[in-house]
Amino acid sequence: MDEKKEFRTMSGVPVAPVYGDGPLPGEFPYTRGIHSGMYRDRLWTMRMFAGFGTAEDTNVRFKDLLRAGGTGLSTAFDMPTLMGRDSDDEWSIGEVGRAGVAIDTLDDMIDLFADIDLGQVSTSMTINGPAAILLAMYVAVAEQGGVERSKLNGTLQNDILKEYQAQKEYIFPPRPSVRLVSDVVSFTTHEMPRWNPISISGYHIREAGSTAAQELAFTLANGFAYVEAAQAAGLNVDDFAPRLSFFFNSHSDFFEEIGKFRAARRIWARWLRDRYGAQDERSHKLRFHTQTAGVSLTAQQPEINIARVAIQALAGVIGGTQSLHTDSYDEALALPTEDAARIALRTQQIVAHETGATSVADPLGGSDYVEWMTDEMERQAEEIFDHLEELGDGSILEGVYVGIENGWFVGEIADAAYRFEREVNSGERLIVGVNSFTEGGDEEIDLLSIDPGTEETQLKRLTEIKQSRDSDLVEKALNRLSVEAADPEINLMPAIIEAVKVRATEGEIVQALESVFGTYVEKAFV
Amino acid sequence: MNKKEDAPIRIVLAKLGLDGHDRGLKVVARMLRDAGMEVVYLGLRQTTEMVVTAVEQEDADAVGISMHNAGHLTLAPRIVKALEDAGLDVPVVVGGIVPESDLEAMSEAGVAGVLGPGSSAEDVATCVREAVAARGE
Repeated sequence: MDEKKEFRTMSGVPVAPVYGDGPLPGEFPYTRGIHSGMYRDRLWTMRMFAGFGTAEDTNVRFKDLLRAGGTGLSTAFDMPTLMGRDSDDEWSIGEVGRAGVAIDTLDDMIDLFADIDLGQVSTSMTINGPAAILLAMYVAVAEQGGVERSKLNGTLQNDILKEYQAQKEYIFPPRPSVRLVSDVVSFTTHEMPRWNPISISGYHIREAGSTAAQELAFTLANGFAYVEAAQAAGLNVDDFAPRLSFFFNSHSDFFEEIGKFRAARRIWARWLRDRYGAQDERSHKLRFHTQTAGVSLTAQQPEINIARVAIQALAGVIGGTQSLHTDSYDEALALPTEDAARIALRTQQIVAHETGATSVADPLGGSDYVEWMTDEMERQAEEIFDHLEELGDGSILEGVYVGIENGWFVGEIADAAYRFEREVNSGERLIVGVNSFTEGGDEEIDLLSIDPGTEETQLKRLTEIKQSRDSDLVEKALNRLSVEAADPEINLMPAIIEAVKVRATEGEIVQALESVFGTYVEKAFV
Repeated sequence: MNKKEDAPIRIVLAKLGLDGHDRGLKVVARMLRDAGMEVVYLGLRQTTEMVVTAVEQEDADAVGISMHNAGHLTLAPRIVKALEDAGLDVPVVVGGIVPESDLEAMSEAGVAGVLGPGSSAEDVATCVREAVAARGE
């Protein structure tokens, strides 16, 4: 495929790499795409999110996905891991290995990536509150296998701000959490040049019920906030901004989504250059991962979700995504079966190799409707930035903190979610299989069930590790961590790496930090 | 029930465990409020004990819990039992992702109703009303 110099339609018509006048793809402000050749030069990364059970279970799925033609790994952690709690924590009962893989110590991480060359593969880790700890474990696994940290490719979600706004997997209060994020950014900037330290995520904001424009605006505002935090920590914007990446949702309103992706690139390019003084064009280019909208999947007639996913995937590709996860049709019911995950990956391959969508960059650019929609998304986003700037007295970072603390973000999202639900309820908005066309397709489908023995296996393993490790070393490492946490001038990554290496558990590291940072509790708000 | 018959139903809504998916529960809270019920929204990361205490203090008629992380077979029976142990005759309705194959086990555990994805505002309100009415008999 790399050899194919000339691109033709299925019927033999030769097509140019791009149509229309400038600014073209690859030119500022990158509305039409960040590369001139787009998918002619390189397809997006087909990155399928996976994780369940023990590390060994997920390792098998990873190897299957790589064999099936997947080109990157993406790790789903279980709820206790995401919340910084060990499998033997009282809160973890019933949740160990259920919605992702359970990781307590470095040994679990070693099993997770067994027989996978971390120097070759790129790995995405979807984790936020304890992101620094999982990154430390990944570095330790790689180095133990002889791969230097500077050679590692991958992405850490590490986007804590959207947790307070939407996904709710926070541990510490916002300000010390952002300090941890900045520590990771600073650490990877200096030591892991091929690593993406934050994947600034609108996905969860949209899943929680926001509109497309809110997803766009809240996400970019969070991006600006991280830029301001890193600049305040003394980093030069062009040293870290090229490694910031984004993660958007691709929902079912095809043209609105494409407008959103195009607007995202244009806004980021302008703000980075004009407001934050970035001069390196790589800082101006917004790179993003896309996942199809989990929330659009229906439990009714689940097979028809395959069609939804295909349309959403195509929107992501026409919108110029750099990597894509396609949801499996059974995900409104459970974690995907292997078969369902294969169909989802095949859907991407059909978009890539059969539709011709990859021959021409930004194929909808110049459409009056799509250009108008792009402008409209940008206009709505700018209104939201104005509001946040006002809240923060000129600082987006402060504005985001205020919007979190006073419930503005969660209120906006809950209002939008309820509006949508009422439209579905009244029949004003039709959802196929739910409030219309409901006949048929209600046979039960095979679902993935998690081995109920997972929790027990994991607990046994954790107990063994706790018994065999050197507890003096663990205590020393955890003490160092709390001392350093109290001094905002110290980067916490080296202390965290030391702690994971001596087999301090994730939960113990979180507790050491919590003793200094405190815990965040959301005000209950409908 | 020693309440007046025309008093609005009072329901405690909570997310149990670590799961943070609260979109559904927030929408349900507004649906029930619009249906004339009094909603006591506890929010995220509630323990069984916190829910039981809220039911006692608020003199609630029903409990709604929301589950999206496959923990329902562990956590839902636990809350039913804790309410019983506290001498509270209050039905528990579960919303969220519960596979059909688990419905029987949920019913056996004493869960009064399960509301899956796509339930309408009417489905939700009816389920709660019927669960409360069944206890009053």
